[in-house]
Amino acid sequence: MSMLQGLRLGPPQTLGAIRIIPVLRDVATVDLRLAQRSIDALGVVSVDHRAKDDPGIKYVAFVPHAFVVSHTSDGSPVATLGAQFGLPKGEQKGHAVKLMHRMVKRLDDEDGTSRVRMLPLHLAMEGFLALHFRGPDILWKEYSAATKRFGLDPRTERVARGSWLPGLEEALRIFELAERQVGMLLYVQEAFASAFVMPHPDDYRAAHRSVLEDFLGETLVQFGILHPEAPSAWAHLDTDGAETLEDLARAIEDVRERWRDYATTLAGALLERDPDVELVRTMGRFRLERFLPKFDLEEESHVGERIVAEDGSVQYLKTFRLSTAQVRRAYLMKRLAEGEWRLEATAKRMNVPLAQLADRVIAAGLGYMFTPFALAEARKQPVA
Amino acid sequence: MEAVPLLPACGDPTPSQRVTREDLLTFVSAAFACTGQREFHSDGRGQQISIKFLHDYVVGNYRRLYARMLACGINHFNQAEIVLRLLATGKHVRPGDRAEENALVTRALERLPTQRAMRLVSRLAEEGVNNRRTRAIVARYLSRPESRDFRAVKYRRHVRRGMLHAHVAFPDETAAFLGAGIEKRRFTTPLFEQFRAARHSERAVYELPFTIAEGLARKHGIPRATFLEKIAPKMTVNERLRFQETTRKELGESVALDVGRLGPTRLATFVLGLPAHVREARRAELDAALEASAARAARATGVRYAKVACVLDRSWSASGSSEKRRRPLAVAVAAGRFLAAVSDEARSFWTEPVEDDLAVTARGATDLATPILAALAWKPELLVVVSDGFENDPPEVAGDLLAAARRRGLCPFVIHVNPVFDDASIGPKPLTQRFPDLVPTFGIRDAEDIPTAVAFSAFAHGAASLAELEATLATRTEAFLA
Repeated sequence: MSMLQGLRLGPPQTLGAIRIIPVLRDVATVDLRLAQRSIDALGVVSVDHRAKDDPGIKYVAFVPHAFVVSHTSDGSPVATLGAQFGLPKGEQKGHAVKLMHRMVKRLDDEDGTSRVRMLPLHLAMEGFLALHFRGPDILWKEYSAATKRFGLDPRTERVARGSWLPGLEEALRIFELAERQVGMLLYVQEAFASAFVMPHPDDYRAAHRSVLEDFLGETLVQFGILHPEAPSAWAHLDTDGAETLEDLARAIEDVRERWRDYATTLAGALLERDPDVELVRTMGRFRLERFLPKFDLEEESHVGERIVAEDGSVQYLKTFRLSTAQVRRAYLMKRLAEGEWRLEATAKRMNVPLAQLADRVIAAGLGYMFTPFALAEARKQPVA
Repeated sequence: MEAVPLLPACGDPTPSQRVTREDLLTFVSAAFACTGQREFHSDGRGQQISIKFLHDYVVGNYRRLYARMLACGINHFNQAEIVLRLLATGKHVRPGDRAEENALVTRALERLPTQRAMRLVSRLAEEGVNNRRTRAIVARYLSRPESRDFRAVKYRRHVRRGMLHAHVAFPDETAAFLGAGIEKRRFTTPLFEQFRAARHSERAVYELPFTIAEGLARKHGIPRATFLEKIAPKMTVNERLRFQETTRKELGESVALDVGRLGPTRLATFVLGLPAHVREARRAELDAALEASAARAARATGVRYAKVACVLDRSWSASGSSEKRRRPLAVAVAAGRFLAAVSDEARSFWTEPVEDDLAVTARGATDLATPILAALAWKPELLVVVSDGFENDPPEVAGDLLAAARRRGLCPFVIHVNPVFDDASIGPKPLTQRFPDLVPTFGIRDAEDIPTAVAFSAFAHGAASLAELEATLATRTEAFLA
């Protein structure tokens, strides 16, 4: 299933290293709306099913905003949350730390409209962090005492804030939103950074700048700093054979077609991959899902979340590009799990010398899982 | 398809003349559009650097023609810049040109809006431009008896600084008013006396110019509504325009404004600044005002076209910047109205269809190709594109499209007018770099400048020569000095 079903791509707009491809939807969805809700606090989210002040597994991150999903079960239109007549109400003061219960939480229903609060991207990130979160299933002696006792807790990853990417704020400011635009694909120096799609053009218009508050892979910020200009791309208007006005109109249509091809080529990474999808919640005729990539070291990997309608059309999509180091860690973790958490068995399965695997584990920052002795022994093994 | 020669037939005998012609056109075009303020795509600093470079380049290389630019209707910001540079580099003027240059500078200074001229006088002092000619010109400007006292009150600081710098003898009571302190004595000059009295008496406040009275009213604690009601007769046209909404809020009705005295672009800027529901409620009134203003501007320019199509850009970038709010959009609205008034038949084609040009907002991507195709299908004699030149849906095809249409005889004449100065292109951003003679781009300040742009764009064509351009400038100079 394509990640962009029911959507079209428009011609890109470029500023410096940043290229933004608009995503268009011809028929706007009216029975599912997303609105941004600002939080302005350090978020602590309990991700197991206990009460929110009970100690248990917690996800701690700076969560600048949440999305509130409103939908109806009978397909009748729904107003987006925060829509009101008259002047806006006064702003509420934020808390320094806000405790939130679960990534996706149902809010009180109102007038037949169901509401669900979700933390964008953190939902996907938590899915990624939780990958083999509890550590090895069998207590082999080479695992360190901490790992045996606490699993991989705490498991942390570093990300960069959208506003740290040089030029992103300016690029979003001067970007001209098309009338039917519901989303965008963000590229930094031709590297696919993030996809963001909303159900309705008005929702997207309101959330257009929220990308600044979302997180991006650190690699992308480096790309943006090291190469401040994206390679130029243009489609030349070919009027050689054109004699009449109709011919010229056809030439323009041809240029549009070529831009669509270009955008589709750039979006290839997102369109062709077949990720592992996990269902998070069903909301009427919509499904909220998160997905993890295959963690292939040769390919770029994106984690993300999406809302898909019954007919397979994508209503909401947000993705995050993992850095190479993050992919490497996830890859090793996955391999270790497959090798029943034994270094030797894993090395054999991967067809690499044991010493090399030990080096890779250390280099990936996972050395703390094992006792220093076990690692030193492994590295003494002959390479050939 | 007919073959297009790589170099168009050149009317200039030598390459250097061709370069001169192109340099001058670049400068005029920039001098219409640039005001040194922040634009949608670039900040104020970039604009200042870019326009400063152009001025320095042209004054150094083509001094006589640079001075004559004062006569061709460029905007006030650039007129002030030219006067400043001419006065600062007086020793480079050729003896034969001196008389004309003096006359041009004197005339331009007189015609500048007072606040700009006074700021210019101050700047001459700030930058240490002090020579006999400058002193004489400034002295003559500051000592004109009909406005001398009024300016001393309204632009007190600038006048004092300018007079000291230009070694002007302070006439009558001016020395006491500007220098010795006003507390000590009574003045016989009525305006000076009112200013002195207004520090103690509320009644005297209402005899003063609006901006001066405003501060003193604050000092006396006069309620805003009372003050606005009583000061109304003293307000200038622009002050009345600026205070339309404030007086409506404070007094229940706006201060009287003769909209006939405003140009269409000025009026369109005001209209677009009103909230949507106000625009809708007062539609008939605003529409009539714009219509009248456009008709008056049309009579003043005295041109007449047959069948004109305007392609107007209402994309998000037409929203301008914090310093020039909705300016490009206002120019587009005014251009539609103005061209309708100067032609037998006119039609507007917007980048996103617009039902009512008074309700227009800046939004959407820039799709110039669709309205251009629609306009060409209507078969106009003149096609005017009003856009900032940043085109993205699809990117950069409009110029090639127009060039192809012209080459095939689908449209006799095409011009792109651009109200935005782009610092990176050192000029208004053109629609196409490849066919500047088929699709000329020209900067404009107001919609009323379009006939001038059409006249000058004739020189962008390869067949025109520098001699013709110089002749036009000479004619305009004569008319300016007459």
